[in-house]
Amino acid sequence: MKEYIIRLVYVEMLGHDASFGYIHAVKMIHDDSLLVKRTGYLAVTLFLNEDHDLIILIVNTIQKDLKSDNYLVVCAALNAVCKLINEETIPAVLPQIVELLAHPKEAVRKKAIMALHRFYQKSPSSVSHLVSNFRKRLCDNDPGVMGATLCPLFDLITNDVNSYKDLVISFVSILKQVAERRLPKAYDYHQMPAPFIQIKLLKILALLGSSDKQASENMYTVVGDIFRKCDSSSNIGNAVLYECICCVSSIYPNPKLLESAADAISRFLKSDSHNLKYMGIDALGRLIKISPEIAEQHQLAVIDCLEDPDDTLKRKTFELLYKMTKSTNVEVIVDRMIDYMNSINDNHYKTEIASRCVELAEQFAPSNQWFIQTMNKVFEHAGDLVNIKVAHNLMRLIAEGFGEDDDTADSQLRSSAVESYLHILGEPKLPSVFLQVICWVLGEYGTADGKYSASYITGKLCDVAEAYSNDETVKAYAVTALMKIYAFEIAAGRKVDMLPECHSLMEEFLASHSTDLQQRAYELQAVIGLDAHAVESILPSDASCEDIEVDKALSFLNDYIQEAIEKGAQPYIPESERTGMLNISNFRNQDHHEASSHGLRFEAYELPKQTVQARIPPASLASTELVPVPEPMYPRESYQTTTVPSVSSDAASTELKLRLDGVQKRWGRQTHFPSTSTSNSTSLKTVNGITQVDGSNTANSRTRETYDSRKQVEISPEKQKLAASLFGGPSKTEKKSATGHKSSKPSSHMVKSHAPKSSMEVASEKTSVQQPPDLLDFGEPTVKSTAPSLDPFKDLEGLLEPTTQVSSAVNHSSTAAVTKSPDIMGLYTETTAGAHHKDSDILSGLSNPPMTNMVGGTTTMQVAQSSKGPNLKDSLEKDALVRQMGVTPSSQNPNLFKDILG
Amino acid sequence: MGIRFILMVNKQGQTRLAQYYEWLTLEERRALEGEIVRKCLARNEQQCSFVEHRNYKIVYRRYASLFFLVGVDNDENELAILEFIHLLVETMDRHFGNVCELDIMLHLEKAHFMLEEMVMNGCIVETSKANILTPVQLLEKT
Repeated sequence: MKEYIIRLVYVEMLGHDASFGYIHAVKMIHDDSLLVKRTGYLAVTLFLNEDHDLIILIVNTIQKDLKSDNYLVVCAALNAVCKLINEETIPAVLPQIVELLAHPKEAVRKKAIMALHRFYQKSPSSVSHLVSNFRKRLCDNDPGVMGATLCPLFDLITNDVNSYKDLVISFVSILKQVAERRLPKAYDYHQMPAPFIQIKLLKILALLGSSDKQASENMYTVVGDIFRKCDSSSNIGNAVLYECICCVSSIYPNPKLLESAADAISRFLKSDSHNLKYMGIDALGRLIKISPEIAEQHQLAVIDCLEDPDDTLKRKTFELLYKMTKSTNVEVIVDRMIDYMNSINDNHYKTEIASRCVELAEQFAPSNQWFIQTMNKVFEHAGDLVNIKVAHNLMRLIAEGFGEDDDTADSQLRSSAVESYLHILGEPKLPSVFLQVICWVLGEYGTADGKYSASYITGKLCDVAEAYSNDETVKAYAVTALMKIYAFEIAAGRKVDMLPECHSLMEEFLASHSTDLQQRAYELQAVIGLDAHAVESILPSDASCEDIEVDKALSFLNDYIQEAIEKGAQPYIPESERTGMLNISNFRNQDHHEASSHGLRFEAYELPKQTVQARIPPASLASTELVPVPEPMYPRESYQTTTVPSVSSDAASTELKLRLDGVQKRWGRQTHFPSTSTSNSTSLKTVNGITQVDGSNTANSRTRETYDSRKQVEISPEKQKLAASLFGGPSKTEKKSATGHKSSKPSSHMVKSHAPKSSMEVASEKTSVQQPPDLLDFGEPTVKSTAPSLDPFKDLEGLLEPTTQVSSAVNHSSTAAVTKSPDIMGLYTETTAGAHHKDSDILSGLSNPPMTNMVGGTTTMQVAQSSKGPNLKDSLEKDALVRQMGVTPSSQNPNLFKDILG
Repeated sequence: MGIRFILMVNKQGQTRLAQYYEWLTLEERRALEGEIVRKCLARNEQQCSFVEHRNYKIVYRRYASLFFLVGVDNDENELAILEFIHLLVETMDRHFGNVCELDIMLHLEKAHFMLEEMVMNGCIVETSKANILTPVQLLEKT
């Protein structure tokens, strides 16, 4: 039988289904023979996952085997526990496993700890009361058990560092003992004392010492010892060394340790083994966060790795470059990345590197021109892989310029973008996302500088729409762009004559299956039919980034509410009060009389209880949307809500139904004005979009400002000198003395090998060598005025600053991104949770027509409103607008339509 | 988690031993094995023994006709994993005496038992050869 089961394991291993035999494996675990039982356990762990139906049959056996006298049986059962017990079955075996923690056999204790570890991974709450056991087992007198305990402790500490600070001393003393060879010889591996335990301990110490000076100080001695003791001629010694470097770069910095780490890294990088080079590059990437200057010494090695044919090494090097990118070297690095991106065809990595390029380009772009070109390249080669958000970001940047208040620069940027896009359109096949950007930009700015005629641009757009006839999004973008161009033409008082191909395109779209396309085509038709004045107000030129205020309080509805209330409608009750009311209405089910004595009496409308219960949530939600939070202007309303907290919910629901009817009529009427409502919605979107992106934008512009100020302040005498010392061979020595010994070290290093290297490398060397002076100004602008620029040590001081600066910039943008995402999330979670399509439709119906009047209206009110939690309303509005465009809100990006219509 | 899977594959791309520490369906396993084996077999001696694949890394080492492939998380110490492979081979060597592909084929369960002693929940739990081999040898005697 055993042989057959092993054959089955083979069958599965070679990729064939062997589920017919699973039951026999399950039977085997009942066998009396230990070997057969163990094989049975092995087979079930290989065959089954924890949610398999047969697990039920196994749990019982496991329970029995955990009680066995034979420790091998217990071990076999514990192995199975680690693989097969799921969340629901944990309680069935947990007590027995806790007992086994005190088993006389160390193998059993070890496996029991690992079983608990598994439970912790599966469901941390199930073993939260047993965490102290892990601490206890750390002091087990068997090193194997102690070593195993480090695994769960590592996980625990990763999740919650602060509760385990007290263990630092224990870990340090264990590590010390291990390093001093106090463990049994059996744990030695290639003359290293228990290297795997050392590595695990170093990992834990790195976690515990991270940004904790006090804890780190306890570790310095032992880590220093290990640095000294490690034998760097064996692989395992280097593995421990590498772990030491990781630890040093994570804990509170200590100059001596950093020095040894830098030494170890240079040994790694100089080694012939690719494995060690790889580790060296990785370690360099870690250490560079703390001491950026060490990269200078290794530039050549890094460049060698970049040129290496080995793909893995190359990628790791790109990762390092990504970490050390600054405004000075961004061009070289991004160019390199794009080149590499083009040369690979692994989509997973391509996506990653494309997004990195975009991130770096956004963060450090030296000029607009360069930025546009870089983005074009990225889109051209990896357009289908980059996030759609990147495209929207690009459009926004083109629309808003680069945060400088310089209109000519902005328009220059736009016309250069238009030009490059018109050029690129000649390419045979372009990714959809890129085409969307192109269409949008052409629509918005194609005719703005008067260089190209409207008919030329429209002709191009028609070509796009025809060439990519199976991509509806692109077609939609193209139609909207056409509409914008015609609108601008009409507004400028020129006569519009549609090209014949445009006519035929429109006819096709008018009969399109996509409602979205149809809608756009009809809008286009309607716009063309209008006179110049009307067109200008619908689609003002270059208005994509103007802020349009949204009346979130829906104050234009006040009259309507007044009217409704006068007719006897129920006033709006804030949500907080409403939940209380629900409770009361539940209560009233039991004691009707008491509850009805409160407040207004609406018994006449009362509905059967069951239906009421079911209907309350939607109804109450609807009321949130329909009526704004009470305002001082409505004394009556607020009076009612405050004095009558327990309004009859039944009545509310019926009243709301009445109101819905009225509203629906209104909505129905409004749909006759598609163009107004859409342009309206566009603007609303834009506002939302802009407020969302503002954060990152300011972050970006801030970094850019600092760069600019640097550029202006600095006449760059040092830069020139450094450049001279790089390239001007004869005058090398005197320049060196001027720049100081520290910075000359890398440069002279460079000069030596400069000649045989390709010009590309030289460029990159130059840029990175130029860093110190730049950074100096960047980080400490005051140094400039106080100290003469020749002081090299100031340079070095300055080196430490910029990383924090840069990282803070990164933080800015990342927080902005974070704040952005919950917005979107909120939007959809709330709408789906609330899920009242009808309601939201109504809302938009209500909000749209008056919105046109209210634009530029009450800001203060809006602000007051927003503090009261407009999120739900806001999101429902968005949702409704999206819906209006004929798209279900499952799309994760509400900004999509802003861009199409903006 | 650390280690996600351990594979032994011969030069022809046939799997000789597979142990996953996270559940994958048969199709997923087959696809994964195919992809990474192709990637690793294409590499030469000089290139480094680590390959990035999707969101994790593969550390591999070749012994005669047999490749040992270990999939690890990104923050794992690759060099240590490389040495762990060697420790596994040394352990099997001590048990079988001059271990070869055939030994693993014919004693698949024993190779698995050793692995079970060394790695649990994707973590290295035991590195002492004596401790690893004692239970396996005891099983043989029964």
